Amino acid sequence: MAEETSDMAELTLREASANPSPRLEWVLVGLGILALLAAPFFVYPIFLMKMLCFALFACAFNLLLGYTGLLSFGHATFFGGAAYFTAHAVKVWGWPPEAGILLGMAGAALLGLVMGFFAIRRQGIYFAMITLALSQMFFFFCVQAPFTQGEDGIQGVPRGVLFGVLDLNAPMNIYYFVLAVVLAGVFAIWRIVNSPFGMILRSIRENENRAISLGYSVASYKLGAFVMSAALAGLAGSLKAIVFQFATLTDVTWQMSGEVILMTLLGGIGTMVGPIIGASLVVGLENTLATSGFPVTIATGLIFMVCVLVFRRGIVGEVYARVLGRAGKG
Amino acid sequence: MTMIFGIPVQALLGQLLVGLINGSFYAMLSLGLAVIFGLLRVINFAHGAQYMLGAFVGYLLFTHLGIGYWPALILAPLIVGLFGVVVERLALSRLYDTDPLYGLLFTFGLALVLEGIFRYYYGVSGNPYAVPPLLAGGTNLGFMFLPIYRGWVVVASLVVCFGTWALIEKTRLGSYLRAATENPRLVQAFGVNVPLLLTLTYGLGSALAGLAGILAAPIYQVSPLMGSDLIIVVFAVVVVGGMGSILGAIVTGYMLGLAEGLTKVFYPEASNLVVFVIMAIVLLVRPAGLFGRDA
Repeated sequence: MAEETSDMAELTLREASANPSPRLEWVLVGLGILALLAAPFFVYPIFLMKMLCFALFACAFNLLLGYTGLLSFGHATFFGGAAYFTAHAVKVWGWPPEAGILLGMAGAALLGLVMGFFAIRRQGIYFAMITLALSQMFFFFCVQAPFTQGEDGIQGVPRGVLFGVLDLNAPMNIYYFVLAVVLAGVFAIWRIVNSPFGMILRSIRENENRAISLGYSVASYKLGAFVMSAALAGLAGSLKAIVFQFATLTDVTWQMSGEVILMTLLGGIGTMVGPIIGASLVVGLENTLATSGFPVTIATGLIFMVCVLVFRRGIVGEVYARVLGRAGKG
Repeated sequence: MTMIFGIPVQALLGQLLVGLINGSFYAMLSLGLAVIFGLLRVINFAHGAQYMLGAFVGYLLFTHLGIGYWPALILAPLIVGLFGVVVERLALSRLYDTDPLYGLLFTFGLALVLEGIFRYYYGVSGNPYAVPPLLAGGTNLGFMFLPIYRGWVVVASLVVCFGTWALIEKTRLGSYLRAATENPRLVQAFGVNVPLLLTLTYGLGSALAGLAGILAAPIYQVSPLMGSDLIIVVFAVVVVGGMGSILGAIVTGYMLGLAEGLTKVFYPEASNLVVFVIMAIVLLVRPAGLFGRDA
């Protein structure tokens, strides 16, 4: 299995140290945030919020794939599971939205702890298959459990009043709330990636055996990364439940797990902004296709195939590679 | 009526038969996955879609050309196998020196496209495919009623599984395959055309999925979604069995099918969870899988 882990290096561009121009990057990030602040005056806010939720979901997923080298095929469990927990807490128990979201996150973290505990026992391709199988198990659980209300899902979830002061039913209020939470989430991921903990995660990605021989308890680091990724994916799912006011089976299907992989792959595995761009493109594309009658699965499948064959580094990864003038490997 | 553990024997045997049928398909599909993975190091996510393709080829041959079950039993695997050859030549062969995860992601995309195409043209509802007249009806075994076609599927899958096993373990071609699994470069140096071997292997694996599909067509409805749900269970089977051994894949497939059948008798609510639960237990006790060689 040593071969497999060292191969993982190919999966990602070694990004951090080779940053082309950090100042330009901060300017771009600033412009991006300004654009997001102004966006609801020009674009339909619900669509923007959907984009933001999926952007956070993809960034959380990328924490695991891009920075730890673990391909999870079961992240829908955390996204959709958290959506159910939040929806149930807010609607049935009458919790305020902030408490509901925290509960969703905690639930997702717990699910991540369980799934991660089993999945980290195997590596590479087996890891992907185990996470897929366990998330399918969770899907069947959601189909049968009474609190998810089966095919109907939990509908009519009230948005509520944030901290008892901010009424989330006003479109602008909820938009800026979602934007703030997503930015905070992405910032948290950025901090994790660039912390000593994140450095150890990267060393596991690059060469797991060496990390073991240096005395790191690789299993606990992997599990830690898995739980964090699950919790943040859950945060995205909880937000989505509040925004759209429902939680359904769609969000726990394997197709949803595939979708977040696509977003990350398309944008650029192991880059900070890649998953955000990938998520925006995929959500935008789905919105366009929804009205055209062309089946979404064919489009997403084709993008998958083209990405894998032609640009494995993703859009942002390719841009970095060009700017750096490195032909790169793979 | 005779009872065992408070369950009528007939119901028990009936569910065991259903389990054996499901197990036959698990065995055939996990066998194909193991053959492909053994040589190509690719997890063929499109295996479920190719199974669905096999069933649809049979269905379309009948509805459009009037070609019946028996010729379809040859033609469907052949067509799906050729399709596999094309996919391997055009795409998978370009991915061998990258991380194995890319093979998984590519075939995942392929599965989505295939499923999407058939969904677009044929909807999600199943299409019936008639049992061939020769195998219609059933026979009373004295202790239970056995539909002949189901008996045929069990026999056919056993023949296919052990035929494939013999092909790989007992023939010259099989010895090339096994050698190329161990050390492709050395085998190439001995003058064996390894790229051709890889193409043929993917073709063979796909053909096995297509054959399973046409065998399944008269039992389950021919539907675009028939493959995707099955493939995830088959992945769990593969994790339990470990992909190191052909025989292991076959035995695990049948065992888990039977376990599922038994669960349906005693605790029906858990019947679609039991394979995953067994997978989790095996991961705790024996992380490399029951027949796995890597750890």
